[in-house]
Amino acid sequence: MSLHSIVLVKQVPDTSNISGDVMRPDGTVNRARLPAIFNPEDQEALELALRLKDEHGGTVTALTMGPPNAANMLRDCLYMGADRAILVSDRRFAAADTLATSYALHKAILHIGDYDLIFGGRQAIDGDTAQVGPQTAEKMNIPQITYTQEILNLDLKKRTIRARRAIKNGHEILEAPLPVLLTVIKGSAEPRPFEVRRLCTYKRAQSKFEIEATVDDSHDLVWMEELMERAKTQNLYIETWNIEDIDADVEMCGLAGSPTKVHKVENVVLSGSEFKQVPATAEGMNEMITELMQDHIFG
Amino acid sequence: MPLKNKDLVWVFAEQSDGELADVGLELLHKARTLAEKMNSEVSAILLGHQVKELSKTLFAHGADNVYLLDDPELKDFRSHPYANLITRLVEDKRPRVVLFGATHTGRDIAPRVASHTRSGLTADCTELKIETLTIRKTEYPDLLLQIRPAFGGNIIATIISPDVAIQMATIREGVMEMGEPDKTRKGKIIPVPVELNSVETAVKIIEKHQQASAVNLKAAPIIVAGGYGADTPEKFQLVRDLAKVLGADVAGSRAAVDAGLIEAERQVGQTGTTVRPKLYIAVGISGAIQHRAGMQESQKIIAINNDPDAPIFGVAHYGITGDLEDIIPKLIAAYKSQLH
Repeated sequence: MSLHSIVLVKQVPDTSNISGDVMRPDGTVNRARLPAIFNPEDQEALELALRLKDEHGGTVTALTMGPPNAANMLRDCLYMGADRAILVSDRRFAAADTLATSYALHKAILHIGDYDLIFGGRQAIDGDTAQVGPQTAEKMNIPQITYTQEILNLDLKKRTIRARRAIKNGHEILEAPLPVLLTVIKGSAEPRPFEVRRLCTYKRAQSKFEIEATVDDSHDLVWMEELMERAKTQNLYIETWNIEDIDADVEMCGLAGSPTKVHKVENVVLSGSEFKQVPATAEGMNEMITELMQDHIFG
Repeated sequence: MPLKNKDLVWVFAEQSDGELADVGLELLHKARTLAEKMNSEVSAILLGHQVKELSKTLFAHGADNVYLLDDPELKDFRSHPYANLITRLVEDKRPRVVLFGATHTGRDIAPRVASHTRSGLTADCTELKIETLTIRKTEYPDLLLQIRPAFGGNIIATIISPDVAIQMATIREGVMEMGEPDKTRKGKIIPVPVELNSVETAVKIIEKHQQASAVNLKAAPIIVAGGYGADTPEKFQLVRDLAKVLGADVAGSRAAVDAGLIEAERQVGQTGTTVRPKLYIAVGISGAIQHRAGMQESQKIIAINNDPDAPIFGVAHYGITGDLEDIIPKLIAAYKSQLH
């Protein structure tokens, strides 16, 4: 049977590049000013899935839950080699914590149907929680291998996979039966560049939202259907699913389905700058070191 | 059974090869202050094989009870059996608070336990409190305030789980202070039967390689750390040179680790190690809160940065503004001259 891998991907604000105008004068974050990027560890997870496909054949499905513009990242997945891209998007998913997110992803995976492997990055750089992978595995009732560094062997006859996983001060090699969920850490697999041929083809791939936006009269449902059908037959449709499509319970999604709530957000205020300004001169340094020696800091 | 209502605060006591991880002991001390507010006892969850002896250490650090799950299947950590056994225990006893170290192990199992029990779970908390809050006229007793930096460290968020019974959090190693053990403290061992099905034990460990780390930043009296401002091998070499002269350990911010200038086990900060040395010298580190969270309790802090507005100066005792290539050689010379 042919291998089917699902890769959980997320589009994230690039928190590693917070420049001056992202922070408002009052210290709050202006999210709109942050560029949206492909979560780095998710991209490595996709690369690992594609390498298994190169070796064993089969298909790779990229799955995300996010706002309509996450279609941009899904096109990147198609450029890299994903066979299928699915955007789970619905306003009612907004403000989901990791539990509500994993609930929605697990419903989407059930809707996809059969699979052998689920991949994802260990964590997304906007939250760094590393919770969605294990929570999705738990909801699917399958085992997991977190902190995956390398896939060592996939045996489709025995339906087992061997992977190397980072542990504190070392690593271990685990063998798991399929299906299993693996979360991947940075440095596991350098993502391949976009394939030019795929780029030319899939830059025309569109989500339902994007097709809708091209229709002048949003009430012209017939024309809309026609365009969707065309995109599907040309394999240029980014499948777009809402809560009903994945048969999810509204109460389990978004804010309503999230046990954790943000109670308070404080801007980071530094306790008064009481430090001693040391001139960058030999005398300045000497004085500082004398003080530190008197305080018995050295030795 | 009076215990039943009072057994509300739990800590996962992580162990490997019969050795307890520090973080579990750190969390027991924190759990005691949380439990006092709730008028509750503190319980540790201990899984492994032939690990009963470790209970004494857990009692000494603040556990009143140890739930002991001892079985050959639990000798080495595996996520599925560990998570499911803890899940069953949590479902059975219904604690209000469960704390895990944010280690490879804790971050692997806590989400599974929280998912199955539909508990709130917050990762990498830097502070925890118990408070009773009134929100829209409803009183929520004994809420766990889960405080963590968020969004690239630009904000500090307080997370609560008001509508669910069980509140969980992971906490990085070294963030909570480990108090002195009290060897006279006594507690109760509560053995828990271990029953696992073949699905839960299906993942096999083929090999395991683990060495005692040569790096122990937590114990270093002096640390010299480089960051984004020391982003070339040449500049980072100056950081190493300074450390060598001072007899200090070298460390780095996340930026330095990401740039490949230093190994991940020497990362200081929220996603690395939390340190409290006598002297911390931050070279070219702007001081995002994730970094500061890992070093701001150092006894003395020297910040060297070419940006006079860098947040690192906000936690520094001494600040030197300028180019590190100019400053470090002068600092080395000044130190050497004072030694004689």
